[in-house]
Amino acid sequence: MAEITTLHYLVVAAALFLTGVIGVLTRRNVIIILMSIELILNAVNLNLVAFSRLYNLHGQVFAIFIIADAAAEAAIALGILIAFFRNKETVNMDEVDLLKW
Amino acid sequence: MLETVLFLIFAAICVGGAINLLAQKHPISSALSLIVVMGSLAMVYLLLGAEFVAAVQIIIYAGAIMVLFVFVIMLLNAGEEERSATGSRVAMVLGVPGLLAAAVTTGWVLTRHGPASTPVVLGEFHGSAHAIGRLLFHEFLLPFEVTSVLILVAIMGAVVLARRGE
Repeated sequence: MAEITTLHYLVVAAALFLTGVIGVLTRRNVIIILMSIELILNAVNLNLVAFSRLYNLHGQVFAIFIIADAAAEAAIALGILIAFFRNKETVNMDEVDLLKW
Repeated sequence: MLETVLFLIFAAICVGGAINLLAQKHPISSALSLIVVMGSLAMVYLLLGAEFVAAVQIIIYAGAIMVLFVFVIMLLNAGEEERSATGSRVAMVLGVPGLLAAAVTTGWVLTRHGPASTPVVLGEFHGSAHAIGRLLFHEFLLPFEVTSVLILVAIMGAVVLARRGE
């Protein structure tokens, strides 16, 4: 069996990223779109950790910063979602048109 | 040999869980498959030797963030989403060539030889809590403190947003 190199990890990260982008573009439920964004952030983290094996530990430190950012982002986004649901009683992305004039 | 098998298993679970996230109709099923993705990603980090990031991945992602998601799904009582019967034409026109291009690029990249084609050896742990903590509190001290301010702002923002308006 072939040896596993850093490239293989990058390919997994690319697959995760692609899945996340497809989810953001095709789904209508805001919660699932947020989960797809988490997938994209995880793909970036996997890239950083894989490259930190080649160079130095800075990639892993950046991955930890990204995890902290993802936590902040999830808290804010779900807060916005709750406030929006209180107004419109829906979680469908295409009915989010309050800013449309 | 062992690292090949482990990598294939966890990478397959990871990508399969991600695809299942999109295939499921109910948000709760999607959230559960996202937890599977997070867990197997933590194992992939361990294979890469990043033990601290793996632990943080389990604690923060699979613990805190997913609890937040599941809690909001329960709170909003969001049911299955209705989908249009026919697929979007833009998705068909752009998606098939896009996926083909991604597959061709992946195959081309995998046959190259560069600095990234060094084999990953199992059991070489570089990312210990000691090393990461030393970096965080010496070289990255200012970004670390700014991140704590960001978390504080996020807490206040979430409280203000979720409070019932007067």
